[in-house]
Amino acid sequence: MSTTPATYRAPTPYDSPSTQIGPAGSPVRRGPRDDVPALTFTALVRVEFVKMFNTRSGFWLMASIAILSVLASGAVILFGGENAITYANFSAAVGMPIAILLPMLAILSVTSEWSQRTGLTTFTLVPHRGRVITGKALVTVSIGIVGILVAMGVGALGNLLGAAVHDIDPVWEFGFTDLLMVMLANVLGMLMGFTLGVVLRNSPAAIVGYFVYSLILPNVFGALAFYQESFADVWPWVDQFYNVTSLFERVPSDQEWVQLAVTTVIWMGVPLLVGLRFLFRSEIK
Amino acid sequence: MITIDALSKRYGGFLAVDDVSFTAQPGRVTGFLGPNGAGKSTTMRVMVGLTPPTTGAALVNGRHFADLPNPGREVGVLLDASAQHAGRTGRDILKVAALTMGLPLSRVDEMLGLVGLSDEEATRRVRHYSLGMRQRLGIAAALLGDPHVLILDEPANGLDPAGIRWMRDLLRTFADDGGTVLLSSHLLHEIEVIADDLVLIGNGRIVAQGTKTDLLAAAGTVVRGTDVDALAVALKAAGLHVTRTPDKALHTDASPDMVGRVALAAGVALTELRSADGAGLEEMFLELTAASQREGVAA
Repeated sequence: MSTTPATYRAPTPYDSPSTQIGPAGSPVRRGPRDDVPALTFTALVRVEFVKMFNTRSGFWLMASIAILSVLASGAVILFGGENAITYANFSAAVGMPIAILLPMLAILSVTSEWSQRTGLTTFTLVPHRGRVITGKALVTVSIGIVGILVAMGVGALGNLLGAAVHDIDPVWEFGFTDLLMVMLANVLGMLMGFTLGVVLRNSPAAIVGYFVYSLILPNVFGALAFYQESFADVWPWVDQFYNVTSLFERVPSDQEWVQLAVTTVIWMGVPLLVGLRFLFRSEIK
Repeated sequence: MITIDALSKRYGGFLAVDDVSFTAQPGRVTGFLGPNGAGKSTTMRVMVGLTPPTTGAALVNGRHFADLPNPGREVGVLLDASAQHAGRTGRDILKVAALTMGLPLSRVDEMLGLVGLSDEEATRRVRHYSLGMRQRLGIAAALLGDPHVLILDEPANGLDPAGIRWMRDLLRTFADDGGTVLLSSHLLHEIEVIADDLVLIGNGRIVAQGTKTDLLAAAGTVVRGTDVDALAVALKAAGLHVTRTPDKALHTDASPDMVGRVALAAGVALTELRSADGAGLEEMFLELTAASQREGVAA
């Protein structure tokens, strides 16, 4: 085979690259380009949105929220008795998978820039790391809220279907405030994932970190309170996961709101600030 | 135009880039040459704001990279063709970049055509790309915003000979149109055929820089004649430093023009007279970087 460019893969472009590189009428490439529009935050948010869906892992993470909600609702109808057919049960069933999946989504939205090394391109095209991270946070939380609504909607359909199957009147007993609390709990869960992503900038480490936070720490706190009675009074002031989880069950009292706020500052506010500081100064390789 | 001004980067006790200054001019291809680990990639990352410098500055068209209103439209960057999400398709990678820069998506297909990635290849996930395909995708991404400056780190890696030739033509045209091209390589031959200017770096320090012509002239002249001994005597008599090469030619620091005139005066018929380009520059490259090479040069 000849090595002339004309016979290499796509013939035409190789013959005259000059006519192909830029749009017609821009043969001269000198000096700064003040003719181009500046980057916009809207475009950045749109890009982050597209990036959430156009990878295989991102797509299936999203799809699994819908799929698992359907499966969870189906399980309540199949295995729950007549008494189990209440919206509270359906929302708890669909809430379980999303409470785990949404933080993962938040983690990967940040860490994939490092673990998949896409940050090399992302932060070159947009050399303002704060803007990129803010865009990611906005997109992640928005997708999370839509995800919650989808899951709760599937749960509502499940409740209707279950009531029809068992030939009873659907039991709702789930108000707007309850929905808000579920939203808040999930958004806080996502922000915790986001924080771990910012601090650790590594997908496996951040995912493990989230499970330490949600599975191991609560047990450690429980054990502490069991062996050290004085700790029991301090517990609600240090265990954020417990405070977040109780949002699924009830609207917090005034004191519980303060406890939620204090633990959120300790577990998310401070690490996020420190993590962002390092992230802004770090070297992206 | 790229201006690097007294740039240094220190990692703990290790000085990766040591007081580096050079410019890459518009209308010219500047080759950034050095052995692996010499500091080329670090310098390039500093240029695009991915690595904060310890001291000094890198300016693109007179501005810090972060101050460019839309960097992708001004500077095409390819630092590592493998740094892409393995689960994303080639087309989606370009689409994301085009959206970021505010370009119409038609530009994506134009660029795929330019680098010769077929529709079928563009819809494959990058996980299944060869290094050569990734490299061409990276070049497509760099050219997407129709920039005036190109910063390419080892862009010929993984390309087949025809692909390397194609890229050479593309960069030549880009520079002839007035664009600034900075490309790095650790392979001398690769960069010698394309670059107008050369910057040689070893151990974080610039060891030589200048136009390729000047550096080649510094590499001297190789000459052969019917009577090599007489020629050597004549050249020495003219005050030139002469060495014999193993293949019975003579090497001198003087220009071919000078050597020709000496030979004419001495009445020696020449069978070959040329500047000691390839070999000469290579020797210089090895010599200049020998001290800084990790393994040293094998005897």
